[in-house]
Amino acid sequence: MSVMQALDLRRRSASSVPPPAAGKPAAVPVAKLIDVSKCIGCKACQTACLEWNQLDQPIGFTDGTYNNPTDLTTASWTVMRYTEYEHGDDLEWLIRKDGCMHCDDPGCLKACPAPGAIVQYTNGIVDFISDNCIGCGYCVKGCPFNIPRISQVTSKAYKCTLCSDRVVVGQAPACAKACPTQAIYFGTKEDMIAHAGKRITDLKSRGYQNAGLYNPPGVNGTHVMYVLQHADKPSLYAGLPDNPHISPLVGIWKGVMKPLSLAAIAFAGAFGLMHYVTRGPNRVTEHDEEKAAELAGSDKA
Amino acid sequence: MSAHAKPVSRYTTAARINHWITAVSLILLALSGMALFHPSLYFLTYLFGGGQITRAIHPWIGVVLAVSFLGLFLRFFTLNLWNRDDTVWMKNLGAVINDKEEGLPEVGKYNAGQKLVFWGQSILILLLLGSGFVLWDTYFASYTTIDQKRLSAVIHALCAIGAILIWIVHVYAAIWVKGTLSAMTRGSVSGGWAWKHHRKWFRQEVGKS
Ligand code: HEM
Ligand code: SF4
Ligand code: SF4
Ligand code: SF4
Repeated sequence: MSVMQALDLRRRSASSVPPPAAGKPAAVPVAKLIDVSKCIGCKACQTACLEWNQLDQPIGFTDGTYNNPTDLTTASWTVMRYTEYEHGDDLEWLIRKDGCMHCDDPGCLKACPAPGAIVQYTNGIVDFISDNCIGCGYCVKGCPFNIPRISQVTSKAYKCTLCSDRVVVGQAPACAKACPTQAIYFGTKEDMIAHAGKRITDLKSRGYQNAGLYNPPGVNGTHVMYVLQHADKPSLYAGLPDNPHISPLVGIWKGVMKPLSLAAIAFAGAFGLMHYVTRGPNRVTEHDEEKAAELAGSDKA
Repeated sequence: MSAHAKPVSRYTTAARINHWITAVSLILLALSGMALFHPSLYFLTYLFGGGQITRAIHPWIGVVLAVSFLGLFLRFFTLNLWNRDDTVWMKNLGAVINDKEEGLPEVGKYNAGQKLVFWGQSILILLLLGSGFVLWDTYFASYTTIDQKRLSAVIHALCAIGAILIWIVHVYAAIWVKGTLSAMTRGSVSGGWAWKHHRKWFRQEVGKS
């Protein structure tokens, strides 16, 4: 893809990436900001995503709620999740646009065993490169947000690309363009944080004391952020993790275990070789053969 | 040359075929698994025709191994039960690896080291099979939670390394102790080998005929 050449890589799965050439201006980190308080749940973004990415979500079944499809799929890279939040006499409809968070510290990429199947550009976007994907599902285990979906048809992993193919030519993501209430903003991460600050001040002035920005430090911040009315309780929003981080199990599996295991195998091999060289082979002696013949009778006959 | 005893039969043809199916599948599993375990070994996927195919066939080879190993288990588990002599043998492991087994209790069909290899692989292959199914997303993704899959990935990789280490010990022992390989190639060993390494078993075999 041409995108690959136009965007510099910061990370590449199962490979090391050379540091950017000296003197080259560093790419500015970008972010998408989703203002949950402005979302009316119209799903224009969901449709725009299918449209732009030429995805085909087969018609399924409704479970009687607005959640439709009920979960992310290989074709639906974003879905709206509706929560009825009752507190006191109040009922609030919390609508969260779910999808890849584009973690600055991406667990999917760290877990992926296939070189170059997941990349992170210097602007922070995390992208799946299908040509290199082997369909193992390790990204699913690495992701703290339960985002990647593996296709039963192509055996490849899919998720939101943050419209990297639009961003590279200076366009905002399709979902941001389509939103009728401008609940989805796109720009530099710095600008998005500043803009979120204004929105939060406004929300607080209207009684949302706990309004705040969701940019979780456990994954070193994300390149998709939310403005939440109740930022003290992210899990209210259809189970958005309160404090996401890459699972320690994945840390062990993809961390210490790799070098230690290879070292153990190399040690076992080296020990065998040394033993053979210093001890020499363990041979049956002529004496053993005689003793055996004494016991069993000889084979001369 | 002095008189030699005639070769002692150690394995039936069926047992040897069973063993070689197990051996080949274990090696293929180790190669295909290690390819996905460490990026520096990813090139091993070329042996199988690429990453997608490696990922897809590894679990199937695992099923072959599990069935084949079950065959070996049923054949040999009674001969691998632990006894007091095995404890003495293990305590003198230092003498054994220095080729000074004289004076140790006479060994039956299997010595304590071989028994540990047997039980070690039995347990590890069972754990590999269990954790392998949890990781087998193509068919079983929906049966477990993501946290269970994470735990299984750690267990599977740990057990795989354990099984590979035991395999190295097993193969090295067969190379170091000359005359052993013929048990698996021809099904028989020399009388001298039987006398030196498995005297108690040798006496039983002689007693039979
Ligand atoms: C007994 C049945 C077994 C089953 C069902 C099984 C299944 C699996 C599955 C599903 C995976 C994930 C990748 C893929 O989808 O191919 C995997 C990975 C792996 N397997 Fe197995 N396997 C088995 C036995 C073994 C054995 C005997 C070994 C080694 C001697 C082994 C070594 C590995 C390794 C090293 C990995 C990569 C783990 C990682 O990336 O951390 N497996 N296995
Ligand atoms: S499924 Fe594809 S993207 Fe996900 S970890 Fe495996 S190779 Fe990487
Ligand atoms: S949300 Fe999941 S899939 Fe997206 S970048 Fe983070 S770890 Fe990767
Ligand atoms: S950024 Fe692009 S790929 Fe991601 S949800 Fe929006 S439209 Fe879909």
